[in-house]
Amino acid sequence: MNELTREINTLQYLEEKCTGCKLCTMVCPHGVFAMEGDVARVVRRDACMECGACMLNCPSEAIAVDSGVGCAAAMIYAALTGREEPTCG
Amino acid sequence: MFSEPKEITPTHSRMTAANRWDNILARWGWRRDRHWVVPGLYALGNPTPESPVFVTANYTLSFDAVRTALAGVDCYILVLLTYAINVWCAAGKGTFGTDELVERIAETRLGEVVSHRRLILPQLGATGVNAWEVKRRSGFTVTFGPVRAKDIPAYMAAGKATPEMRLVRFTFTDRLLQIPIELVSLFLWFLGAGVVAWFAGGWLTVAAVGAAYLAGTVVFPLLLPWIPTRDFSSKGFIVGGLCLLPFAVLALGKPEATLVWRWVLAAGLMLALPAVTAFIALNYTGASTFTSKTGVRREMSRYIPIMAVCFGLGVIAVLTVGILWWVGIR
Repeated sequence: MNELTREINTLQYLEEKCTGCKLCTMVCPHGVFAMEGDVARVVRRDACMECGACMLNCPSEAIAVDSGVGCAAAMIYAALTGREEPTCG
Repeated sequence: MFSEPKEITPTHSRMTAANRWDNILARWGWRRDRHWVVPGLYALGNPTPESPVFVTANYTLSFDAVRTALAGVDCYILVLLTYAINVWCAAGKGTFGTDELVERIAETRLGEVVSHRRLILPQLGATGVNAWEVKRRSGFTVTFGPVRAKDIPAYMAAGKATPEMRLVRFTFTDRLLQIPIELVSLFLWFLGAGVVAWFAGGWLTVAAVGAAYLAGTVVFPLLLPWIPTRDFSSKGFIVGGLCLLPFAVLALGKPEATLVWRWVLAAGLMLALPAVTAFIALNYTGASTFTSKTGVRREMSRYIPIMAVCFGLGVIAVLTVGILWWVGIR
């Protein structure tokens, strides 16, 4: 799976803002964050799929990511219909 | 104490024949927006005010996964209105979100039903639910449970999720279960393409179009992790090319046609149809569990022009030999 999950992404993390709440390590579906002592560290940056769960649940705004769906069909649909934010369904 | 709380609907952990049939129809995309359960509060077993509350989406596949995983557990299931969309996709859209959760807690008067203030959410709901805001607005503490409902019993027993429970996968079985919806959603396009193909080159081209369809909807998803190269589009070109090769060879051996005619047909097939398979593969990014918006956008800008040129040239070649065939120039 490593070969497949290697993707570029826009994840940015400011470790000095971390409060040690651990939520990012719990919500990330690809194990991007792990606790090292009292702070979260980015341990699998390339696996980030930009779902935005960590950013949404970070209490100190230490995480920024241009989140959205990694779905070509949604983006093509949005481009054809002129909608801004591509979503599913 | 109770000021007429909202109705709590009893449910159970069995899969009835009707449930199974509903799940099969959902997998085949039959009336895909109709596979819903009524949002609200459900009681599984004989829950008490101390019993845990699990939150899920009002999609039958989601609700069924949760209630069957909780067999033998006395608990409440709070079903959010996600318009018959699964938890992760609904969270991405925001319908499985903070606002809906806070409103559903109030609407069901959950605070009067249970004495504690804890909710267990599926981990993938975190894309739409801000645990801190839910706490601030409703008083309920959100705990993100495992990704998969079937891990809930082990999660409850251990009191926490293991790292393994926190990771999404994309197994062979996951991909196998998605094949019906891929087949169904593209069927009419390919039916139309098959009709055009018959006029252009007879049954050989019809079969080639069918091969491109199955290469994109069946072969590509199943072989995904084992196809060399990284992005979905190039994987699609590889699978499409290999699946179309036998038809190009058959085109070269087509009787009663000149060598030039045969080569143009073979080249046309090899240009147009692997590009179609690659396009299906590119669109499969949204069905997968690991592609990022940035990565997909980059892949689209890199490969869609290539697909368009290959497809355009290939169609021109096939239609040209088709027209020549009908007017008697072979």
